[in-house]
Amino acid sequence: MDSKKNNREGIGGMANPGRYGIERVAYWLMRLSGLGLLVYFIAHIYETSSILRGEVGWNELMAMTDTPEFHIVLIIVIGMCVFHTVNGIRVMLGHGGIGVGRPTRPDYPYEPASQNMRHKITIYSAIVLAAVAMIYGSTVLFGV
Amino acid sequence: MSDTVKLRIRRSATDDFDEFTIPVQKWTTILECILYAKYKIDHSIAVRYSCRQATCGSCGMKINGKPSLACFTKVSEIDGDTITVEPMANFPVIRDLAVKFDRLFKNHRDIIPYMNNDPPDSSRMHLQSPEELDRFIQFANCIKCGLCNSACPTMATDTSFTGPQALAQAYRYVADSRDKDKDKRLRIIDDSHGIWRCHFAGSCSQVCPKGVDPAMGIQLLRGYMLGLND
Repeated sequence: MDSKKNNREGIGGMANPGRYGIERVAYWLMRLSGLGLLVYFIAHIYETSSILRGEVGWNELMAMTDTPEFHIVLIIVIGMCVFHTVNGIRVMLGHGGIGVGRPTRPDYPYEPASQNMRHKITIYSAIVLAAVAMIYGSTVLFGV
Repeated sequence: MSDTVKLRIRRSATDDFDEFTIPVQKWTTILECILYAKYKIDHSIAVRYSCRQATCGSCGMKINGKPSLACFTKVSEIDGDTITVEPMANFPVIRDLAVKFDRLFKNHRDIIPYMNNDPPDSSRMHLQSPEELDRFIQFANCIKCGLCNSACPTMATDTSFTGPQALAQAYRYVADSRDKDKDKRLRIIDDSHGIWRCHFAGSCSQVCPKGVDPAMGIQLLRGYMLGLND
């Protein structure tokens, strides 16, 4: 209700990556992969804690997770992890004011220096590296 | 380019779009299309505008989903023959395309947007080298149109966020060698809903019609607060 009154775009507007170029796509992927990794870490703690139930408990859980569906989840986790790491380094440096350009006297047409080619290349590299890691992960997990 | 375009305006009374067919030439701006509809078809359309030359920052709105100045966007720059205009997101709507700027102005005032220094003596003004001026002059171009706040993904969800407009202006005064209120200003933005809430999506800089690049100002200011740059 408050969101409607304030004409706030909410989660839908925050998540919509289509209007502002690759930087907004990276922003959205960063959030999505961060949440995905959080869920994975919680599940991973639950998984490894099964050792407390002894060898039988551990083997039961291993048998449950050793399925094609879980392998696909792991491949997605590999992709999220690689993208989050590479893009995270870019964002951390940017947050420290490193690589965002220097103030100048702008001339029309204005090209924001903070959205420079180095950032774009890093974002595309993060996506490509994540894809390569996922392909490698699938060859290992599915033994292709 | 077609001789006419279909202009769709979101109306606050019905929360739906009204459609108008507008004759255009290649230099016609979106604001001129809206004013044509207002003067010749429907007088009740509410729109705020003034200078018509991207100086006053009054006519900010979403044009085909992206925050832009209506006076600074030509019909010829739009793909297709349908133009959809809506009020800027993240600003309460007064009516139709006119939105409230209360929060933007409050956040702007909060960061102390003026220089504080002892009065100069009559023979010697506050001197500044061209290099010192270059550190902030880009950010002095801000016209307070609010497009950056409308595009910001954090503004879309956080009702307390200071916003890219005010944060970029904080940098403008912090970077000014003549100012003596740096610490006071930094204490204000050093808040969980202040500068740390920016996630460097960069959308603010992409929509700025004056080349201010708020994302750069915010990151430079954050780097200054972290002791990573001077």
